[in-house]
Amino acid sequence: MIQFNNVVKSYQQGNNALAGVSMQIEDGEFCFLTGPSGSGKSTIIKLITGELKPTSGTIHVNGYSLERIRRREIPYLRRTVGVVFQDYRLIEKMTVYENVAFAMRVVGAREKEIRERVPYVLELVGLSNKMNRHPTEMSGGEQQRLAIARALVNNPSTIIADEPTGNLDPERSMEIMSLLQEINNLGTTMLVVTHDLHLVHTFGKRNICIDEGLVVDDGLGEDEEVAD
Amino acid sequence: MRLNNIGYLLKEGFRGVFQHGFMSFAAVCVTVACLVIVGSFSALAYNLDEMVKELNQTSEILVYIDADLPDAEAKSIGTQINLLDNVLEARFVSRQEALQNFIDDHEGDSAFSGVQAEDLRHRYVVTLEDNTKMKQTDEQLKQLPGVAKTNAAYELAEGFSTIQDVLHIVSAAIIAVLLVVSLLIISNTVKLAMYDRKDEIAIMKMVGATNGFIRLPFVVEGFCLGMVGALLAFGLEWAGYDAMLQKINEVDSLQLFSFVPFRELLVPMVAVFAAAGMFVGIVGSWTSIRKFMDV
Repeated sequence: MIQFNNVVKSYQQGNNALAGVSMQIEDGEFCFLTGPSGSGKSTIIKLITGELKPTSGTIHVNGYSLERIRRREIPYLRRTVGVVFQDYRLIEKMTVYENVAFAMRVVGAREKEIRERVPYVLELVGLSNKMNRHPTEMSGGEQQRLAIARALVNNPSTIIADEPTGNLDPERSMEIMSLLQEINNLGTTMLVVTHDLHLVHTFGKRNICIDEGLVVDDGLGEDEEVAD
Repeated sequence: MRLNNIGYLLKEGFRGVFQHGFMSFAAVCVTVACLVIVGSFSALAYNLDEMVKELNQTSEILVYIDADLPDAEAKSIGTQINLLDNVLEARFVSRQEALQNFIDDHEGDSAFSGVQAEDLRHRYVVTLEDNTKMKQTDEQLKQLPGVAKTNAAYELAEGFSTIQDVLHIVSAAIIAVLLVVSLLIISNTVKLAMYDRKDEIAIMKMVGATNGFIRLPFVVEGFCLGMVGALLAFGLEWAGYDAMLQKINEVDSLQLFSFVPFRELLVPMVAVFAAAGMFVGIVGSWTSIRKFMDV
């Protein structure tokens, strides 16, 4: 569960990125986070992953209270939250299999677990036939699938996808969104940050709309009329 | 960190050395260069120190006994001299022995042919434990009954002592500066290697790797680079020192310079090189990675 209670985040320059955000995303929910550039979406992601601390207010993510989390607890928080980025952030010198296995190794998984889990996750995202390829040999859609596999492999309870379709054509975007929905159906909480209101409308899921550091709308995507 | 991950982390550390070939090569070269300079300077300082010590040990006080004193009494003064604090040894030289030495020193010089033993005095050759206290010991010797005169070159002894002190300070300062320079250069070299892997580190942080897990392979890599550098520097130092010694022996037929053989420096040099290699490797990589851990 992700819970924000009147969260304010001010940067050193004095500007308020978040001016009192309150929201709650339940376990297993699929939710969009939309809003114009500079509205505070990235700050929300950074707060959820423990990259930033709130100036005031309370944040609870998967059992961690982030306003008083200790530095050494942050890696364990991050193991409960998988992140997918627009630019994939894959390691080019590693193969598909190694990219996913790497994410398991760095959290201390045993080789036996890795050998069992990686093929299963690659099968789930439709890349089981490309295990030995390198990211540079793959299309944008495939690279994003690989990034999703990496986010998923440690079995996090939440996945945050930051503009996951930003670099993809409409057809590939729909494929990726369908994949995220499948993963959500398996019980993983999904928070998708996007500019693409067409996707929001198509999927008809809950949409939290942020503007100038405040939640300005929170409802089903099909009812939304948010201009970018 | 689980114990079964240690093997993986060590392997990653070793692999990193070969994966970052050019950077590893650069870091090893810098370590070798700095350690060879530090080693050469230390060896030179050690040799100069030994030479000064040797010269210093040859400083003695000559104590002349009153000419009117009977032989037996002259010999008994030695006991009182030996009782003085700073005296290491007091060797009695009779006037006959002194004459023989004089003749040996001035062989063939007709001007001294008429010198008799009675013209000379019994004397003691006094060597000291600490030559820096030569002046005080000389004063004490002069106070002893039966001592007519002393001859002590304490200005020379003090000069040697000053040279030794300056040598110690200068060598310590230069070695410290060179070590700091090596540390900075290695730290920067490792930082460049790490910049190459900043995305990898960011991903590790993102998926929940602990700081210790991220650091260990880099520290192992730094340790390996430092040790390889130390090993190569030691080999070069040994070969260079032996070659220099051989060259000096060829040129210095009068044996004016007495350099110690390398085997005398072997153990301290191995220890210092290994410690310095380890230190610059581990500290260099540890400090470099801190910047990239803040994600």
